Parts: sequence; structure tokens; C-alpha cells
Amino acid sequence: MALNKLKFNSLNVTPTAGKAVGFNSNADGLEATLEGNAMVFIKKLTASSSATLSFVNGTSDVVLDSTYKEYMFTFSSMHPATDGAHFQVGFRDGGTDYDAVKTSSFWRAQHEESGSTAKIGYDTDFHLTQSTSFQTIIGSESADNDQASSGYLHLFDPASTTFVKHYIAVVSNSNLNDYARVGYTAGYCNTTTAIDAVQFKMSSGNIDAGTITLYGIN
Amino acid sequence: MALTKYNYNSFDLTTAASKGLSFNSDADGFETSSGGSMTLIKTLTASSSATLSFVNGSSDVVLDSTYPIYLFKFISIHPATNGADLKVGFRDGSTAYDATKTTTYFSAYHNEAGDTSGLAYDDGEDLAQSANFQNICKSIGNGNDESGSGFLYLFNPSSTTFVKHFISNAASYEANDYILNIYTAGYCNVTAAIDGVQFSMNTGNIDAGTIKLYGIKDS
Repeated sequence: MALNKLKFNSLNVTPTAGKAVGFNSNADGLEATLEGNAMVFIKKLTASSSATLSFVNGTSDVVLDSTYKEYMFTFSSMHPATDGAHFQVGFRDGGTDYDAVKTSSFWRAQHEESGSTAKIGYDTDFHLTQSTSFQTIIGSESADNDQASSGYLHLFDPASTTFVKHYIAVVSNSNLNDYARVGYTAGYCNTTTAIDAVQFKMSSGNIDAGTITLYGIN
Repeated sequence: MALTKYNYNSFDLTTAASKGLSFNSDADGFETSSGGSMTLIKTLTASSSATLSFVNGSSDVVLDSTYPIYLFKFISIHPATNGADLKVGFRDGSTAYDATKTTTYFSAYHNEAGDTSGLAYDDGEDLAQSANFQNICKSIGNGNDESGSGFLYLFNPSSTTFVKHFISNAASYEANDYILNIYTAGYCNVTAAIDGVQFSMNTGNIDAGTIKLYGIKDS
């Protein structure tokens, strides 16, 4: 016997494009006013002695195109295999290499656990000038068992073929020399080609552990 | 008369695990849709409150491994005492909010008169292996229209392997009519899980304001 499926107009509610069905405020009827949240999970990658973690549009359920005007990556407990490694990001603008040209700024604040040093400063070691190199978003990670880094990176309008593509990152780490250090990075991929993939790695050695999660922001 | 109950497969669409039911973009058919990744867990509203506390397992608060990242938003925090600081503490086992922290603290500032501005590290507000509460919004005015607002991310609080990082950014209507743009970051230098977070002023009550806790899913 054929199953009789309920159609969109089978419910006692006026259909509204893109809206979900819910109960009304009196819980005595249906309404079509619900929306998904503005922050949508796309993909989580978990490092396990990983050389790189890559988010490629159209691969492994990753969406990184004009679907969203803004994307957000979060980093939780990123732990390097190698003491002193820098946590880095690269952007792909065609081809297979993560070598989009970037100009960026980098500054950080730091404070020793001993309390002896506390300062803020611009760091020319980690800014980029029309460079295809990976962008450091926090420097001098510690490989001690309990030390790691966490933070986030926003990538704006990666599918634009008109404008450069901006990114802003904030990452806190427990530094190689037992500092609390926070890095603020902002810059742009100086290309009008769409960015269709993002890759993370350590400057030296593997990403021993940690998770990176990609969200789309409506 | 028996009531007809419709089941998951009663609708004219292909079902998908953990998705919702929505009208399509032409409003002439069904499609599956995703819920959001940012979930409101709890809202606390101050009313001459000494503290506002979010404790896992109490009053519907979730602050455990359910979410890898938690986000607090503090909105229009109005102190009872002029020039009071909003502070935060983290609980790592007992009932005290005394997890050891090392942090950085700096701010940009600009006054309404327009004659003073700058960016500076504030070594009076950072912590070095301290159990004290961390200042995240300094010297908030208590004029009727004055307050402080901002957010704080707490990463991986349930980890028993790594230290627990937090990052905050706040705007304070300062007691002497400055805007302070305050950046705080650091870590609870413990491998015990963080299961409670408490906010308070360094002096006097939180006269008014709202603090919201969100969980951010990663699956």
C-alpha cells in the first residue's frame, strides 16, 4: 500500500519560505516563524599527531563559499608536538597551495606566571607584507602536557571576487616560557580570487592534539 | 474518535538525522533544516546582587563537556558603587571560585572631553598564578545611564588534561567619563575541570544588568 505523505499544505498553517514549523505562543496552534540560529556548525576536525588540518570547500561536508558572508573557526586546546612551535593559518585562492598573498598586523600582550614581566607590543616577527607564507596567529606554543592554546578566527566574505578577504584572530596560549600570552592578528588576503580552503598547522612538528571547528554566520 | 498521530515518515520529504522540518525557499514544499550552533543556556538578571553564579547542574545551568566552548555576554552591568570593577572567578573543585590564573589585561581609552586617549597594558589588573578574581570591566560609572558590557569565551572547561583559556573584551563607561575598551585573556592553570563561574563587583553590589550563558556546539 502506498504511504500517503503529508504535503507542505497539509498543515493548518500559512507556509513561509525558509521557516520551520513550531507551536504558537499559546501552544494551541502551529506557526511558521522559527528560524535556525545565526551560527551554524559546519565541520569539526580533531588533531591526532596531524601535520595539517584543512577545511576545503566541497570536501568532507565542508562549506566555504558564498553560502555565508562570514565564517568563524574556533580552536580548543591546540597542543603542539614541538616546544616553541607557532600556530599558523594559510588560505587557498585557486590551485592546491595555501599561498594567498597576505598583508597583516600582529600584536600581543603577555604576562609571566612569576609576575615579573607584563607588557603589550607590536610584533614584527609575525606580521606579513605581501607574503605567501602562513600567518602565525599565536607564537611559541608549549608542548608541556597541560599547556595549549585556544581562540577564534573570523574570515569575512571569502567568496568575494571583488574585494580582498579580511581575517581577524584572537588566540590565548600558555607560552613556552610560562607566560599567559594573547595574540591579536588582523589582515587580508590581497586577492580578488575567492578563498575556497583554509589550512592550519604548526610552524614546526605536528599538531599533537586539539580541535578546530568551522561555523557559518548568517 | 481516535486521534490520528503523524510519525516521522508521514511528511513528504527525505528525513535527516537531528534536523528540523521547514518550508522550502518557495514555500511550496518541505525541507530539512538545521538548528543553530549557539544555544542559550541561562540568563541571570542582577537586582542589587552581590554575585551572579553559573554552576553546572544547578538552576538549569550546563557547564561541562556538553559544549566545548561557552560564551558569557554581560550586558548593561550597572554597579551600585561608582567606579566598581566587574570581576570573574572560576570554580575548579570545591565551592570557592579560586582557580589559579595567569592573565593579561590592557585597554584602549578615550575621554568625552577628547583630550586624553591611548592604549596601555595595565599591570595592576593582570594576575600571576593568583586565586583572586579577574577584572574584566574596570571602573564602571554608576550614573543612571552608565554601565559596562562585553563578552567572555571560556574554552574546554571540562578538560582534565589542559589548562583552561578564557578571552574577554568589554566596553566600560568609566566613572570619569571615559570609554575603556578592555581586553583580558589568560588561563586557569589547573587540570581540574571548571564547573562554576561567578561574576561580582570588587566593591558593592551589581545593581542591575544581565549576564547570559551560551553553549557553542561543535557537532
